[in-house]
Amino acid sequence: MSPVAARGLAPVREVLANGVVLVTQQTVTHPAVTVYATLEAGSGHDPDDKLGLANFVARVIDRGTVSRDAGAIAATLDDRGVSLSTGVTRHLLSLSCTCLAEDLDAIIELLADVIRQPSFPADQMERRRGTIVTGLRQDEDNPSVVATDTLMSQLYGSHHPYGRPGRGTVSSVEGIVRDDLVEFHRRHVGPAGVRLVVVGDVEAPRVAGAVARAFGDWAHEPALPLRPSAVTMASDRHSDRKVVPGKPQSDIAYGFTTIARDDPRYYALVIMNNTLGQYALGGRLGDNIRERQGMAYYVFSSFDANVVEGPLVVRAGVSPANVERTIAAIDEELSRMARDGMTEAELADSRRYLVGSMPRVLETNIGIATFLHNAEFYGLGLDFDQRIPDLLGAVSLDDVNGAARAFLDPARATIVVAGP
Amino acid sequence: MGSAPSSAPAAVPLRRVQLDNGLTVLVQEMHTAPLASVWCWYKVGSKDEQPGQTGVAHWVEHMNFKGTTNIPRDQVKGIIEQFGGSWNGYTWIDQTTYLETATADALDRMLFIEAERMANGLYHPDDCESERTVILAELDGGDNDPEQVLDNEVTAAAFKAHGYHHPTIGWPSDLKTMSRDDLYGFYRRWYVPNNATLVVVGDVDADDALRRIERQFGSIAPGSLPARIATREPEQLGERRVRVERPGTTAYLKMAWRAPEAASADFHAMLVLDAALSGAKGVNLWASFRNPPQRTTRLYRALVDTGLASSVFGALLPTQDPFLYTVSCTVTEGRTLAEVEGAALDALSLVRANGITPEEFARAKYQLRARYVFESDSVTNIAHQLGYFQTIANVDLYRDFVESLDAVTLEDVARAARQYLAPALQTIGWFQPQAEAAR
Repeated sequence: MSPVAARGLAPVREVLANGVVLVTQQTVTHPAVTVYATLEAGSGHDPDDKLGLANFVARVIDRGTVSRDAGAIAATLDDRGVSLSTGVTRHLLSLSCTCLAEDLDAIIELLADVIRQPSFPADQMERRRGTIVTGLRQDEDNPSVVATDTLMSQLYGSHHPYGRPGRGTVSSVEGIVRDDLVEFHRRHVGPAGVRLVVVGDVEAPRVAGAVARAFGDWAHEPALPLRPSAVTMASDRHSDRKVVPGKPQSDIAYGFTTIARDDPRYYALVIMNNTLGQYALGGRLGDNIRERQGMAYYVFSSFDANVVEGPLVVRAGVSPANVERTIAAIDEELSRMARDGMTEAELADSRRYLVGSMPRVLETNIGIATFLHNAEFYGLGLDFDQRIPDLLGAVSLDDVNGAARAFLDPARATIVVAGP
Repeated sequence: MGSAPSSAPAAVPLRRVQLDNGLTVLVQEMHTAPLASVWCWYKVGSKDEQPGQTGVAHWVEHMNFKGTTNIPRDQVKGIIEQFGGSWNGYTWIDQTTYLETATADALDRMLFIEAERMANGLYHPDDCESERTVILAELDGGDNDPEQVLDNEVTAAAFKAHGYHHPTIGWPSDLKTMSRDDLYGFYRRWYVPNNATLVVVGDVDADDALRRIERQFGSIAPGSLPARIATREPEQLGERRVRVERPGTTAYLKMAWRAPEAASADFHAMLVLDAALSGAKGVNLWASFRNPPQRTTRLYRALVDTGLASSVFGALLPTQDPFLYTVSCTVTEGRTLAEVEGAALDALSLVRANGITPEEFARAKYQLRARYVFESDSVTNIAHQLGYFQTIANVDLYRDFVESLDAVTLEDVARAARQYLAPALQTIGWFQPQAEAAR
């Protein structure tokens, strides 16, 4: 069998009659399989008075079903060396794990049970409530989390699904009752919203058979997927400070809202962001703030286009004494990028890097599963990996510089500093 | 539970060579992706540092990304990114290592970078100064994390003589006072071929790769290595306790016992014990599979299922000298450190008295074998494991992992629990958040 990444991926996509989508990719590196499942049941669906509900569901969904108690689920997983991770994003509730190829059927059967008929046992719910509340308290003590969560709230407003706290608050989580979990699951979890990506040392027909047996007879109509309202960029500059006592270092989160994933400027922004705050050790921002000024161990920018306008965020961790100097340096680099643009050489470097890194991105089962799920979620097609060189190749210097002018405006930045 | 999974990450035999200058070379062909990973390992870590120079090994690692005679400072950026590759490095208690992973056509470039790094680092005084503040920022970032602060305190309490005592990043005052000459001197003493292992794994022809390695590294002269610090940790005479009081929101418990080194006959029994206590983590620090399957384990049931702790994590890492077995817990909001500690020690006391059950034993072994497969999922991870074990002990320890695991008996595990987890040998740390931070 020829190497997977050399000839591109060759995923197999199937849709069951009830709407469950299955994407399978066989790989041969080692005898393991990664399963990545998502439901259209993310935190964006939380009612305003029950923030953190989707996350709560994610934390209890695998702790008991109509046919298995928590101990039976634990034994099924632990006996096979499988660690099941569950979590939520704004749009999705996810369940993922890696198992040995020989254990795949048992794991798919378990996942189907957990997804289809969780029983949300009251005692398990109380355990997880304690864990969630403890996690929220840990977040309050983490300047990095405080800075990024506050930035999202300020960029999107406290009522937009992207701005609200996805894990809720201590008081909102304390107010959630078992019926809330049951109702959320009934309303938002059904076959039409399930995406399953299976990657590993297994043939597609075997996966399809196991998935059909586990999910095929499921009939239930869930609510429609989340479609948040569009967002416009801030018209002026906002700054905010959050005190996290006793910390030696301050965290800066500096950002803008940008574009949706389906915006034609997407690839221009990917390349521009790479040059600005990714390439090598943090791009231009890293050259300035880490390499030349020695102020930060980490400084970078990230760009996350989403179903609606996603954020571009610059992050840095610096001494409290250097916060103003760092913000000034970010202002300077953003202004310079917007004013003078990138060079042809920078465009070529970032493009070559992004195309050239694809074999690495697609080397591991988890890397492939994440990539294929993303392609499925945004409808990018089964051959998306093979189209990436052309999509990035079509971006011109005018495109990236236009993107920089449109979004990198310090006068419209939202800035949050969390620290002592 | 099925039968034991097979592992065998590669069908092609591992090639081991030593160049005339003493450089150990490991080459593993692996043709599942058009990639190659190159790692260069140095047998020097923070345990080898002298007083007043703590943190020098890690700082030297940072300086080795700042240009060489034949890679001028302004050509560092992009040197591997041009091939779509990534590069990085890390320093820990026993070792310092550097890696590149890129498409296999970049093999010469990767070898060139490592040969330059071994022999021709620049250490420009201005770069040393600007990196000083970067490292102080790295230290401050670590100290933002209460678990990191507690970990440093517990480790320092558990070792009063051995070089494992101090954190790899170093003590702040040493970082503020060390000079460029201290850095360069350390670099010149330890960065010699006879103290290094070069590993290549990926879509290469082994004979061809060996020729290229000889060409790049063959002319680097060996050095006379400094004498190693021979201090052994004296016997622990009773339980030790540390208490950290800082602003915070959450209480953390960390318990530590001196553990067998990787080459010890007891190491694998301790791995099985840890898997039964808190779930198998595997033995690859670089892999992403660090979340253990642990819902059926002793400590999870005693601490998390009871609501006392929101998380529990056991850690036994392969090291050159005897290091630590640690158990770390996050105390659930509303519960106390004393409650969590009491429940954890009760659970351990039971295991010391009765060992683990045959069911736990079988499950732990299956988990460890599965993890061994999971964490060998890329050329980068396999290359890491080959070099890591060669540097702290011997590469055979990694290759024979499953065999060594199979040889562990139920009684070995019970004996390891009694011998290593005795109350008189424990160091217990509390992170008690100060009330002023409560908001």
